[in-house]
Amino acid sequence: MHFLVANEILYCIEDYCIKAFCKLRTSRSSLTEDRSKMASIRCFLRSGKSAVSVVLRREFSKTSPAAVQVNVRDALNQAMDEELERDEKVFLLGEEVAQYDGAYKVSRGLWKKYGDKRIIDTPITEMGFAGIAVGAAFAGLRPICEFMTWNFSMQAIDQVINSAAKTYYMSAGAQPVPIVFRGPNGSSAGVAAQHSQCFAAWYGHCPGLKVVSPWNSEDARGLLKAAIRDNNPVVFLENELMYGVPFDLSEEVMHKDFVLPIGKAKVERQGTHITLVSHSRCVGFCLDAAAVLAKEGVECEVVNLRTIRPLDVETIEASVMKTGHLVTVEGGWPQYGVGAEICARIMEGPAFNYLDAPAVRVTGVDIPMPYAKILEDHSVPQIKDIIFTVKKVLNM
Amino acid sequence: RVLELTGCAASMVASSRSYADFTPEATFDIKKVDLHRLEEGPPLTATLTREEGLKYYRTMQTIRRMELKADQLYKQKIIRGFCHLYDGQEACAVGIEGGITLSDHLITAYRAHGYTLTRGGTVREIMAELTGRRGGIAKGKGGSMHMYTKNFYGGNGIVGAQVPLGAGVALACKYLGNDQLCVSLYGDGAANQGQIFETYNMSSLWKLPIIFICENNQYGMGTSVERSSASTEYYKRGDYIPGLRVDGMDVLCVREATKFAADHCRSGKGPILMELQTYRYHGHSMSDPGVSYRTREEIQEVRSKSDPISMLKDRMLSNNMASIEELKEIDIAVRKEIEDAAQFATTDPEPPLDDLCSHIFANDQPFEVRAATPWTKLTSTS
Repeated sequence: MHFLVANEILYCIEDYCIKAFCKLRTSRSSLTEDRSKMASIRCFLRSGKSAVSVVLRREFSKTSPAAVQVNVRDALNQAMDEELERDEKVFLLGEEVAQYDGAYKVSRGLWKKYGDKRIIDTPITEMGFAGIAVGAAFAGLRPICEFMTWNFSMQAIDQVINSAAKTYYMSAGAQPVPIVFRGPNGSSAGVAAQHSQCFAAWYGHCPGLKVVSPWNSEDARGLLKAAIRDNNPVVFLENELMYGVPFDLSEEVMHKDFVLPIGKAKVERQGTHITLVSHSRCVGFCLDAAAVLAKEGVECEVVNLRTIRPLDVETIEASVMKTGHLVTVEGGWPQYGVGAEICARIMEGPAFNYLDAPAVRVTGVDIPMPYAKILEDHSVPQIKDIIFTVKKVLNM
Repeated sequence: RVLELTGCAASMVASSRSYADFTPEATFDIKKVDLHRLEEGPPLTATLTREEGLKYYRTMQTIRRMELKADQLYKQKIIRGFCHLYDGQEACAVGIEGGITLSDHLITAYRAHGYTLTRGGTVREIMAELTGRRGGIAKGKGGSMHMYTKNFYGGNGIVGAQVPLGAGVALACKYLGNDQLCVSLYGDGAANQGQIFETYNMSSLWKLPIIFICENNQYGMGTSVERSSASTEYYKRGDYIPGLRVDGMDVLCVREATKFAADHCRSGKGPILMELQTYRYHGHSMSDPGVSYRTREEIQEVRSKSDPISMLKDRMLSNNMASIEELKEIDIAVRKEIEDAAQFATTDPEPPLDDLCSHIFANDQPFEVRAATPWTKLTSTS
């Protein structure tokens, strides 16, 4: 669809301008001037994008784009349905995905529609069925392998890393592995230590994998379709607490060929004083914190990573060069985590010179997840933690 | 042994003969196969044509000499890292291939050089992969344990992981309805892996066209089967899966059993399990002398009584299916092929540094890869 292509082109132009601009920067002396220049370039490009899509949309219908409310679960369900329909080689396997309609109902209705051949219930044997899924990908099928939660992927992690991620490299390009591993990741509510771990950092560590972590329904839909169409192993980290959350989706997003680019972050909210970088459910918390802080005159720019690997460091750098302050927010543990990687990259790149304060991480507490509600609530980053950190970093 | 008499006396005459004098085909008694949950097994005789015999002889000899050359190169430090040699087990790879076709699929563990050859790889590209050169079958990126050809999925380094992968390939065969099957190999050491039992379960539930093959060479690294397994009857370990225990040193036994197993799979009956009783002359890998856990006498005994190549040679000679000279000529040709391959493998340049980061992702735009320091720029291409 040409509006999607146009969007892509504009993303590229934006990227190019930002990179070119970064190269021209030589000193901090005209910092605020440059920041506002950057902001103007970005605004121009953004409005250019919207202008293009509005113009092109007019070619399709005379009415304004209809918004539909879709929750994350249904977005995932529809994405899988459409991809199953589009390509016969796509199939889904996992525990309870077929006759039970999915442990979290993400695959509801699919077995009824596609039958035993395409939607396969497996026994509770992760290492075995993950290996089978990878083998099927070797032989040319396009499996979606569901882990009931990513905690159980540890039983199968050898197949994900050693059999899936590394094979294209080891075979020098002879053997691609077009597989998607998906399931809910990170903390839920009251499921305690063995069922609450976040695996973004673990899988994000490994070359040969793409690791995706959607936040809202548009992310879920566009990224899952992209993942299924990708010829490489994709680790797709959903979030159980987001499944039931509704979001407005435009007609463009609801199109059956709507895909989002893997490896591109999105600026969910423009701001000038500080950059908040996050992924998955914490993006929502950042936006809530930003709303509260706005009342005190602090404008946060919120970046939704969307993809953990490859990390879109350029978008983060451009934002930091504009705001001069960085806070990363994640649900996972701090040590060797996603935030740690972002901070290291910022240190090593051009954005370091723009920091007016050290970059700081807001993370899950460094403990196994406790059960009691009061303890669980204090084990994950809360909105007040984000606000507190922003104020600390801004020296307020 | 059934002897077919022709006009001339058998193997003793040294003069040259025209090919019309050779026996075109002979039938041999082969060892009875032990059966598990099967009423009938493979036939008790196997028919071998002269052509087949020469082909099996040449292939087994090629594997043998290739592995011995690899041993040499390893000791000269031209091959490094892991090197698990297959000499002694040649009848398995060659016999299996005799029972399936190249449009069937196969996956094995790390003792894979022989299979890479029988599955269509050349000695040149196998040896160049061992020496880590750009002409290697995996362009030097994989090494001994990671070689691939069409319908051959390696070469896998993690013990047991290849078995579910093989079942996945079999699932694809069934899904696509192409009447193909997958042979999934593992050793006596791997036979105790949990994921193999998970695979037995799913393959049986879903009636996947998979032949499980346990190459039992008596030792998992330095641990004998008695010390690793509560049950050493590996052909029965599939429980509800029918099983066969086969003499893995006899290429004809292996071939007939594989044909039998392939028929079973293709008729839609689901998986079947074959245990091949075989032996490796070398240690587990090049860093294992192979005599701390078994005696030299044992190795010597197997060599003299059960060597697969000698067994085939004796059969062909005593049935007038080939002459000693002819087989010697094949030996010479094989030696030359190996020498040429070794020459290539030692002179071909190493992969270019440009290739360092390539092949991370398939069908992707080139992208930047983080190097050892932030200032070095590396690019990955598909």
